Amino acid sequence: MTAPTRPDNNTSAPRSARDPGGLLGRLRAGLASARQSLGHGLSDLLLGARALDASLLDDLESLLLSADIGIETTEFLLSDVAARVGRKELADTRAVYALLRQRILEIVQPVSQPLRVDPAVRPFVIMAVGVNGVGKTTTIAKLAHQLKRAGHPLILAAGDTFRAAAVDQLKVWAQRLDVPLVAQPPGSDAAAVAHDALHAARARATDVLIVDTAGRQHTHAGLMDELKKIKRVLQKIDPAAPHEVMLVLDASTGQNAISQLKHFHEAVGVTGIALTKLDGTAKGGILIAIARQYRIPLRFVGVGEGLEDLQVFNAGDYVEALLPMQP
Amino acid sequence: MFDNLTNRLQGTLKRLRGEGRLTEENMRETLREVRMALLEADVALPVVKDFIEQVRLRAQGQEVLSSLTPGQALIKVVQEELVGLMGTPEPLQVAPPPAVILVAGLQGAGKTTTVGKLARFIVDRHKKSVLVASTDVYRPAAIEQLKRLATQVGVEFFPSDPQDKPVEIAAGAVNEARRRVIDVVLVDSAGRLHIDGEMMDEIRAVHEAIHPVETLFVVDSMTGQDAVNTAKAFNEALPLSGVILTKTDGDARGGAALSLRKVTGKPIKFLGVGEGMQALEAFDAQRVASRILGMGDVVALVEQAYQAADQEKSQALAKKIAKGKGFDLDDFREQLRQMEKMGGLASVVDKLPGMGEVPEHVRAQMNDKQTARLIAIINSMTPGERRNPDMIRGSRKRRIASGSGTQVQEVNRLLKQYEDMQRMMKSFGKGGLGRMLQGMKGKLPGIPR
Repeated sequence: MTAPTRPDNNTSAPRSARDPGGLLGRLRAGLASARQSLGHGLSDLLLGARALDASLLDDLESLLLSADIGIETTEFLLSDVAARVGRKELADTRAVYALLRQRILEIVQPVSQPLRVDPAVRPFVIMAVGVNGVGKTTTIAKLAHQLKRAGHPLILAAGDTFRAAAVDQLKVWAQRLDVPLVAQPPGSDAAAVAHDALHAARARATDVLIVDTAGRQHTHAGLMDELKKIKRVLQKIDPAAPHEVMLVLDASTGQNAISQLKHFHEAVGVTGIALTKLDGTAKGGILIAIARQYRIPLRFVGVGEGLEDLQVFNAGDYVEALLPMQP
Repeated sequence: MFDNLTNRLQGTLKRLRGEGRLTEENMRETLREVRMALLEADVALPVVKDFIEQVRLRAQGQEVLSSLTPGQALIKVVQEELVGLMGTPEPLQVAPPPAVILVAGLQGAGKTTTVGKLARFIVDRHKKSVLVASTDVYRPAAIEQLKRLATQVGVEFFPSDPQDKPVEIAAGAVNEARRRVIDVVLVDSAGRLHIDGEMMDEIRAVHEAIHPVETLFVVDSMTGQDAVNTAKAFNEALPLSGVILTKTDGDARGGAALSLRKVTGKPIKFLGVGEGMQALEAFDAQRVASRILGMGDVVALVEQAYQAADQEKSQALAKKIAKGKGFDLDDFREQLRQMEKMGGLASVVDKLPGMGEVPEHVRAQMNDKQTARLIAIINSMTPGERRNPDMIRGSRKRRIASGSGTQVQEVNRLLKQYEDMQRMMKSFGKGGLGRMLQGMKGKLPGIPR
């Protein structure tokens, strides 16, 4: 099977190539709608032309809420701003805006920690988890592509033995990337796949093993137990594995993302987060609430369907895209 | 999925009860709380603003009937507005043959799974023959996925290849259905971003080529504020005929349902409620809106419960637990029987306020079909075992399992469930369901003291 391409792209160039500006550009484009909802509010704000009053705070609140930042975190962010406005510590709206950006940066910067594959650990085991449809398999393919390019021999494990053709999906990626895949027929035990894969990875002295898992609703106790079992089985072989439990979150998810993180974290101990589908109009603002509450490292953002479209999370870019200094 | 919002609103509206009248002041406070509850539930900000304004306007002009407290009057307005926003249910069109149904949506919304469920639904409920086809030539193995699902639910599959053009696949499937006299054609499509112009052109071209009787927008119920943007874009690009809300079996608050209705004006036709191919339910606006507010179902439940539950038994049980005596398997069986009379454990739990506090894993175990089996297992125990479940070990388990026609694992599960229930009972402090319902008496509208 050859790599299918989008209708706009019949060359072998990755689909992202036609989008200049990278993450920043994409995020900015995505935020256009939020700005529309503010009318001229944002540009007035940036020009410092507005009065520091309650309507300004209302507009900022709308901006933050529309980005899925959530009520609690929005109130947290604005309380400090409001207090300082009250004490007349801020000269103009531009200063207000800058302060808000600063506050958000202070939350995301500390958890902006790239994934580091420890060369002393071999194989370094990464387990991808998340609810259905967030983009786990695609993210794994992109990650495998990056690791391979960085010179790490790796193996993929097709741990989603539940969803129809999920194994085939990863198989296609493995072929395209020319990376070995450990798989069993659909319906087999995911933990057994992980077990075999880790043994295979050890036997071949592979640097990295990435284990895919089936998407599951975090509220289903039985399915979460199954995930725990996968982790347990890996630990029988290597007590330190998995070295990274990566929760994949969909940027368009609203406040439920917190519940997802909470449940997955309780079950298998999340050590890193990848936020996918940031190339749409969703801003993934829930990440700020998550960073504030959980302090779990933010690893990657997914910004497209091409293999290149997985970027290391950058706090500065993220804040700039969310609250741009240029209207 | 709506539980959190339900709880939130219940907390909010309770505050109004016991106040003599609905003043401008306390209505403002409550509406602010309702606004926050809706936002926490991921209802889109503009939709929330409109809704609050609507309620405010309606509540202001409305006199409070003498039979209602001001709080109830405001609840009623909020609920009626919610139901109004949800719209009236509309059936799925499956005629004239070959009736084409196209699904569209973002990546990962659950389109392919939904097509499988819809196919099964149409075969089961409408007794029609179904052909499914995938135009997703991009996602690896998407076509294979649909093929497997088609086999699983026992419908015809129209083969396609990643090299084919989506428009040609769709048209080919419809021709095939016509030739083979198949009633309904379900066309799956690739997930696409609403801001991807070329992909949106593609789905529009597919739509024009096959003239669907239904064009359904599939949306993840966990979607946040962005639901308005995507729904608007898809609604403008395609003449949508309805919406399917997926993954409602999680704990998402489901505010996207409100946003979608408001933005598209199109009916929500189905809810995806699980991973199995049968896990698709018709959308019932009244029920969902009531569930968001909590009130309607709580009232219905309490009335129902009073007819069904044997009060003496539940009071005896409550007394027993209050006295600190253990909650044994006899009591557990009694509760299961009462639950069964009320339409099953899960349905009862869903309707109760405050059930957000019950651990998810306990709720996950409350499978209605299990109730009868659980009772059978307990029936197969000796009275001694029921009073002292700790004595049930290996060989006793095997005897109980064979006596009740179940497996040892199921006996284990029951014992685990009983332990969970016991813990839950203890945490309620005051007693069982009966006692809880007793406690609710008089506090709810429509229930006599």
